[in-house]
Amino acid sequence: MAGGAASGGSARTDTYREARHWLLLPSWVVLIFLILIPVLMMLVYSFLTKEFRGGVIWEFSLDAYDQFFFNRGLFGDEPPSIEWTYITIFWRSIWQAGAATILSLVIGFPTAYFIATRPEKVRPMWVFLITIPYWVNLLIRTVSMKFVLRDQGPLNDFLLWTGLIDSPLHIVNTNFAVQLGLFYSYLPFMVLPIYASVERYNFALSEAASDLYAGKWVTLRRILLPAVKPGVIAGCILVFVPSLGSFLAPDLLGGAKNFMIGSLIEEQFKGNAGNWPFGAAASMILLSMVLIILIVFARQQARAEKGGA
Amino acid sequence: MGRRFDIKHVPGFLPVTILCLVVLYAPLLVVTIYSLNDSNSITNWEGVSLRWYADVFTGPEAEKFKLAAWNSFTIAIIAATVSTSIATLAATAMVRGGRFRLRTVSFGLISMPLMVPEIVTAVATLIFFNSIGFTRGYSSILLAHIAFCIPFAYMPIAARMQGIEDSYEQAALDLYATKRQAFTRILLPMMVPGIISGYLLAFIISLDDFIITNFVKGAGIETLPTAIFGSVKQGIKPNIMAISTMLLALSILMVTISYFVSKSDKKT
Repeated sequence: MAGGAASGGSARTDTYREARHWLLLPSWVVLIFLILIPVLMMLVYSFLTKEFRGGVIWEFSLDAYDQFFFNRGLFGDEPPSIEWTYITIFWRSIWQAGAATILSLVIGFPTAYFIATRPEKVRPMWVFLITIPYWVNLLIRTVSMKFVLRDQGPLNDFLLWTGLIDSPLHIVNTNFAVQLGLFYSYLPFMVLPIYASVERYNFALSEAASDLYAGKWVTLRRILLPAVKPGVIAGCILVFVPSLGSFLAPDLLGGAKNFMIGSLIEEQFKGNAGNWPFGAAASMILLSMVLIILIVFARQQARAEKGGA
Repeated sequence: MGRRFDIKHVPGFLPVTILCLVVLYAPLLVVTIYSLNDSNSITNWEGVSLRWYADVFTGPEAEKFKLAAWNSFTIAIIAATVSTSIATLAATAMVRGGRFRLRTVSFGLISMPLMVPEIVTAVATLIFFNSIGFTRGYSSILLAHIAFCIPFAYMPIAARMQGIEDSYEQAALDLYATKRQAFTRILLPMMVPGIISGYLLAFIISLDDFIITNFVKGAGIETLPTAIFGSVKQGIKPNIMAISTMLLALSILMVTISYFVSKSDKKT
């Protein structure tokens, strides 16, 4: 968070070129053994046979993916039909993450814009204010949210006291609570990239447009929006992607009816389901979705840079 | 339309910003206030007291929390130290190592923990430890934390190094310093603010982690987040709010230090 890796005026040199491979070796060893190989192992596990109560039998099997997409009846001998249970859970996750993203955009864009148009000296202070809560433990933030939203919680107390409502609102254990939780978890991710793109924007351009008798909406749509679009897209991705695989917000705020991908996966390893290959397969499907989003985004950025500059 | 439209001052954006800050801070403030509640219930307010803070240290669950805190803090200190060292070396190669083919691959590898959803990393790490027969416990948590803390330590360190002209090191080299001396005596001291930021961020990230820890921890060992989660599953209790408030204060304190370290440095 503190300063992007790609700050301007970079002093990149080759002073330590002879040692560069040695310098990189520790990070390579750690990341290959603890991230890359584990992800590949997970891919392998998704094609193995399940052992009851966790673990796998080393025998090739497509059961995990088959179970995800097809229903073959209780004894597995009926003609396959589409299994909607898990597709529904994925669809709900996409929907929830999308709603949280839109909520973050609606609140985050004006905030980022407001901060970026403050005098240069006070901007870091505003950005700091927005980022502080992000560094507070996600679990504690989610629990705090639940505490505030619950039926006898301070929010309901306050609304009852003002007379706006007669009986407490039931917010916890609804889809909306999960969306609020996700919004609360990842809001800074929306604000920061938009802030960066608005800050870079040259406001003389809109003044020029205005001098040439462009109306306020034309100026906004034709001059400002194209300039800040990359920041908006980056913000949306940074909120959407972690929301998609989140576990804490749906688990603590959503309850059993609002199951999302994270809980489905968790249940295979920590909970009662205990089907490791299926959990690995669900994780692979989630990872593929995320990678596709990131690749499409990276390509678009590359194309925009080529076209823009 | 008498006045020209001023695009820098959009009416309505200030209230939204204030709303944004209220939403971000209100829940944390509310929990802090209610952690001072003298009541046994979390709903009724019965005056200010520190009894739940005392309860955390001396109450029936004190042993559990002490052990969890010990695990959390020792893991965070070791993981942050190791990952910051690894990230510093990697940043030196990436920023001061010229152009080379493995550079892009290395960058991809370093940012991998940020791209892969946390729950997927958790599953993958669990499967990995299981398949090589590694006993799950303190050391499996520690190893997993070292890995995913690397990008968080790397970002501020690399950003800082990009901001330092290499003329100082070149001057040292011209005066017959070895490369090793140029690195340890010139570059490293100038890197201190970046390294402190990286260390603090890695420390917080490790201290806060729930999902990966929950997967790789095995039975019988808890860190603070997993202990809190287990407790919250049975309902939010006042002592949990006291613990949360203490952790919250610690995180805010560390981020504030990190902010002022990097800020004071920009002035000089």
